[in-house]
Amino acid sequence: MRGEQFDALVRRLDERPIDFDGLCAEWDGDGYAFETPDRTHEGLSQAGLHEAAANAEPYVTNWYFWEADVGHEGRHRRAFLRKLEAADERSVPERYDALETGMETEWGQLRITATLGDAGERRYEVRHEDDAGADVDALEAHEDPLDARDIATYDEKERYRPLKTAPTLVNGWVFPALDGRDLTETVDTFYPATIANWNLEREGELDVSHWEETMERQSGIYSVIQTWNRGEGKEHVEWVAESCCDDSQCLKRREWQYDEETELDAPGGDGAFPCREPCSLVVAAARKWTRLEGEESRTYEFELTPSEKEQVEDIIGAVADGRVDDVREADIYEGANRYRTRFLRAKRFDENGNLSGTPTEPEEETDGAGEGGDN
Amino acid sequence: MQALVIVAHGSHLNPDSSTPTQRHADTIRATGAFDEVKTGFWKEEPSLREVLRTVESEEVYVVPLFISEGYFTEQVIPRELRLDGWDVSQWDSDGLNADTATLVAEDTGQTVHYCGPVGTHESMTDVVVRRAETVTGDPDVGPGFGLAVVGHGTERNENSAKAIEYHAERVRESGRFDEVRALYMDEEPEVDDVTDHFESEDIVVVPLFVADGFHTQEDIPEDMGLTDDYRTGYDVPAEVDGHRIWYAGAVGTEALMADVVLERAADAGADIEDAIASVREETRETPAAGD
Repeated sequence: MRGEQFDALVRRLDERPIDFDGLCAEWDGDGYAFETPDRTHEGLSQAGLHEAAANAEPYVTNWYFWEADVGHEGRHRRAFLRKLEAADERSVPERYDALETGMETEWGQLRITATLGDAGERRYEVRHEDDAGADVDALEAHEDPLDARDIATYDEKERYRPLKTAPTLVNGWVFPALDGRDLTETVDTFYPATIANWNLEREGELDVSHWEETMERQSGIYSVIQTWNRGEGKEHVEWVAESCCDDSQCLKRREWQYDEETELDAPGGDGAFPCREPCSLVVAAARKWTRLEGEESRTYEFELTPSEKEQVEDIIGAVADGRVDDVREADIYEGANRYRTRFLRAKRFDENGNLSGTPTEPEEETDGAGEGGDN
Repeated sequence: MQALVIVAHGSHLNPDSSTPTQRHADTIRATGAFDEVKTGFWKEEPSLREVLRTVESEEVYVVPLFISEGYFTEQVIPRELRLDGWDVSQWDSDGLNADTATLVAEDTGQTVHYCGPVGTHESMTDVVVRRAETVTGDPDVGPGFGLAVVGHGTERNENSAKAIEYHAERVRESGRFDEVRALYMDEEPEVDDVTDHFESEDIVVVPLFVADGFHTQEDIPEDMGLTDDYRTGYDVPAEVDGHRIWYAGAVGTEALMADVVLERAADAGADIEDAIASVREETRETPAAGD
């Protein structure tokens, strides 16, 4: 316990009593009362208070950390830091024991470890979950929370990541020793607003905007999406949620539904932090789908062997699951293999790129027979 | 506590779209003028809907990194930030002089000073000139040079051209350059014919755009004849029809833009005079005149 910590305790007791994390203390005009779950003291002089405080040091340094270092201004930051050491469930001695070796929390693909520094200070380490067992010296060390911006910009194939909560964060880096403020800044740079939304949800105040009201709000080039909602059907929104919001695509847990009364059947995911409304990527995609889904189905006739039909399904599966680059160069047993696919194109596409020589529009038939045709 | 939030468009496709916004935020953060400096985006994260809840301060200055008053500054941003009772009349603007309106964000309860866009602030003229200094490497550039300020054009928003014309006129009045013209991508006078509009052999071309992207890196260089194919790049200066074209790229990438952001916040009541003075000096990329 440092001198300034005890001084702060005395100053605070001059103003008002303390009742925090198992520590109760007050000045009653004649002496100090000082109580922890283990011991109770009353009528203490300031010297007596110092001795009692020194004997219950973890309670005092813990109070000081949450009062002076963390403070009360950042409500979401404070709640998040308390979560990292299960402060609302575990006693101070239990936490101090656990913090000695480190308390771990998974947050998306981040692994956060809280440890104890000098005199009750907390230190936080952040690294990628895939680097859980890596030697810290083998990772690229960062101090500035804003370095997370650069780490999060590209995936391992150097492709731009427009969605910060996509499960494509690169590994190989570490923020080895952050204080509480820098930790929340770092986490909020990797996964913007997730701390605030997690805490709002925890406090029962998360403001979810469902699909229908979100699309209703859109204007300009996005106002067209409103026309996609017709009558009672929500099937189109199920497809959107299944396509975009699955855990394989985004680590947020989807809490928005079709509307207040109509839940979606698509899984919302198991993420630690909630998704409170369709994001800008979903809105932009929905605009395109609104246009595409305005088309009527037609019946086309294609010539495919059974294996070719299955190959088409393999190709769609590989693209949808992002497995295209995993198909080995010479693995011609894979339908989505490049040589297999080029063979299919060579055999089944005509010179205009039409599958099976079947034109997209009937009137494109070269012999004119399709003119006005309605099949 | 007071916070600054810079809001910008951002992009799902182009990672460079938000880079200038981040850089200007970093410059301002380093001055320590605000307890917090954050960025929010229409197309990136944190979204405009959620940026305010990432800010701990009760008083927030919001500065849009947009070139003109219009759809985004008047409708999208106030709506997404949930500024209670917003009405564009609160800016009392003719399209060029939106300053600030103080409102409450419905979801967070924060007091928000919602500022006009950077592009129409008078100090933006200084950024156009600074951009010319940076691209020519000459802190005294002006005599013997022409300057073209390039805008997108009217499209659906007449204020877009007003901002271009406003800054061109201010540079013209300063008398620093021999000739100054406002040119556009999709209306007359067109940037395609840039050399037709100048007598001067040397012409600095400054596009009034927030970030480099398709328009400033592909369209305009090809339209002006700096290159046949933007992918092969272009020289600065490049020879076109007997003129030397010093093409500056988006004005928004100039470091002095941070100053305009601060000016907007100061006009809205933020007490940041010292920061403004230091940013004006520290963002200079060429030696100060007289050095």
